[in-house]
Amino acid sequence: MSDMLHQIEPVIPALRRYARSLVRNRAAADDLVQDCLERAVSHWDQRRDTGSAKSWLFAILHNLAINQFRSASARIQHVTIDEAGEHEIGRAAEQEQKLMYQDVLGKLARLPDEQRSVLLLIAVEDLSYAEAAKVLGIPIGTVMSRLSRARERLQQELENPADNQQRNVVQLRSIP
Amino acid sequence: MSNRPISEDDLHAYVDHALEPERQAEVAAYLENHPDVAKRVAAFSDQRCWLRSALAPIAEEPLPPQLNLSRIIESRRRRTSSSSFRWAIAAMLMLAIGGISGWSIRSATEAPAGGLAALAQEASDSYHVYASDHTRPVELRDSTELVAWVSSRLHQPVKLPDLSKSGYRLMGGRVVPTAHGPAAMFMYDDDRGDRLVVLTRPMTSDQNAPMAPHSGSDFTGFSWADGGMGYSVVGPGAAEQLRPLANEIRKQAQTI
Repeated sequence: MSDMLHQIEPVIPALRRYARSLVRNRAAADDLVQDCLERAVSHWDQRRDTGSAKSWLFAILHNLAINQFRSASARIQHVTIDEAGEHEIGRAAEQEQKLMYQDVLGKLARLPDEQRSVLLLIAVEDLSYAEAAKVLGIPIGTVMSRLSRARERLQQELENPADNQQRNVVQLRSIP
Repeated sequence: MSNRPISEDDLHAYVDHALEPERQAEVAAYLENHPDVAKRVAAFSDQRCWLRSALAPIAEEPLPPQLNLSRIIESRRRRTSSSSFRWAIAAMLMLAIGGISGWSIRSATEAPAGGLAALAQEASDSYHVYASDHTRPVELRDSTELVAWVSSRLHQPVKLPDLSKSGYRLMGGRVVPTAHGPAAMFMYDDDRGDRLVVLTRPMTSDQNAPMAPHSGSDFTGFSWADGGMGYSVVGPGAAEQLRPLANEIRKQAQTI
């Protein structure tokens, strides 16, 4: 029992972070994590891979999210900077950096779901390629190609300021 | 320095610090000579840093009460004290977990054929009945007495597999009934309390059969037959964890 506590508890912050990129807002993300933890607790003794609790938890979370999308169209469009904890960033970083993070997160949100998930699991949550393949239920070769496409596409978006300019124009026009 | 060409996969693994140090150095050397590729790789590394920095604050937020794990464990314990509710939940969760892609319930129908299938079934049955028994999982704990008992009932010298090198201790064993006569069951456990069952008996068909896996919702197993004796090992872990144990048991049995 305490083994379960010690293995699951340290992963909860990372689960929250990943959940925040899967569903609309903080409350929905935390509900998803709660659901995930309840399932993990009730299935702790039945897990097949006794090695890594982390990838097992991410797999439960990911599948819960997918099922939720199927039943309700609770899709996220955006992890806003507010969802990412505005106050902490405001304290820790310059305004310019904050804007850049906002830009990266905005562009991350525009990636196809499958690419975004792979990128986050690997680049942010530090899962190995094999673990990410297991979590997503796809072959490792597919993980690699999605990772590659995610990075190329994000890079294209970051290098192409066309969208930003367009947004600025719209804003300028909307001010009388 | 190896002569393997640098692949796209290497570049991503370089960004993710997932390469062996030697390969990491090879990719670094390659990048020094290929500035265009280096620029792309640097951009990917920047993305990685930005994403981590931008998202780090979420993981640093204090956990809300609803995510207090001790409380979740406690409330589950209270709920499951009502047994009818427990079974309803279990049934629901089994269905839900079944949907988790290929994770827990993979191929419930995967099973070896012929006489080996019967043996695999018997070993799974013994595993389910005895490994979950906390009062009297085994009949005899003394290994000398146990070997003498099962050898006399099976009319063959039976050797006890020694799995201590793999971290499993012998708990003991018993003779179990099967449709093909008595079989010897040995039970082992490891430091986590995970239990394994090894079942062996003379085979009426499939006297020599290559190792075949079988699995169910909460267990995996391997069965084979050598020189008229059948063996089946069943445990809770993943097949890749159990396979080396099965190989070890087979190796030891062949040296009788």
